[in-house]
Amino acid sequence: MFDPLHQFEIHSLISFQIKGIDLSFTNSSLFMVIAVLATTIFLVGGMSRSQLIPGRWQSMTEIMYAFVANMLDETVGIKGQKYFPFIFTIFMFILMGNIIGMIPYNFTFTSHLIVTFGLAMIAFGVATLIGFIRHGFHYFSLFIPKGAPIYMLPLIVPIEILSYLSRPISLAVRLFANMMAGHTMLKVFAGFTVMLGVFGIAPLFVNTLLTAFEILVAVLQAYVFTILTCIYLHDSIHLH
Amino acid sequence: MDVEAARMIGAGLAVFALAGVGLGIGLIFSSLITSVSRNPSSREQVFPIGILGFALTEAVALFALLIAFLILFK
Repeated sequence: MFDPLHQFEIHSLISFQIKGIDLSFTNSSLFMVIAVLATTIFLVGGMSRSQLIPGRWQSMTEIMYAFVANMLDETVGIKGQKYFPFIFTIFMFILMGNIIGMIPYNFTFTSHLIVTFGLAMIAFGVATLIGFIRHGFHYFSLFIPKGAPIYMLPLIVPIEILSYLSRPISLAVRLFANMMAGHTMLKVFAGFTVMLGVFGIAPLFVNTLLTAFEILVAVLQAYVFTILTCIYLHDSIHLH
Repeated sequence: MDVEAARMIGAGLAVFALAGVGLGIGLIFSSLITSVSRNPSSREQVFPIGILGFALTEAVALFALLIAFLILFK
């Protein structure tokens, strides 16, 4: 019986250290580079021979663009158009990471908490920074809900601050837990297939369905991460 | 009680959160179906919200699963 968590191990491909800090190029970094390259090839290749009537490849890139632009427009509005490149980058990076991870023998870098937490901190940090640049100290009024009675404020403000600070944690853990649990589940059912021999056809059938479900989850989680980033951006631009 | 046995029981108790998650996902989809069947033209606006709610609720289940894993593979 093999270990279902074996697939998440990180090996260093090119060892590299600066003053005792391990900066090795690992398989995780390799797949991040692959994700960025795949995104670049997908977008640049689709638009390089752009025509008024798009072909198959060009319409795929245009659908991606329109999807994210629509999402940003619906949640943030016209003031959010400036931040479209940021949102689009986050969406494509996570989407490519999840999709590439679904190909067998590939590593899923979004199944590591530190990667998703880094992404969530970038999203959270940018939203907070935009809020402070736009509103200054007035940004703290985000913690006072509209229409709340004064005598309730000592109770509400700490809760609001806590919920604000837990945003990057919930954002990171959601993506990480979804990807890790899904891939572990696929491996566990694959293990059943090997153990049961001829009767392994039943778990194999389940595994096929689960793979389809996991591809849905991969796209859905990229969407959820992006739309929550949009909602945080909305809060920091409009203050409720 | 043996520590190992207590850990197994603890991991089992940790996934109790799934009861609430099951209820939540059921409620989300029941209201989604109700709203679409009452007003089929609202489907395009309601469906993404439903899926978002589903994903947010499902995340709670995975938090519980994560805690169970943390207890099991310590």
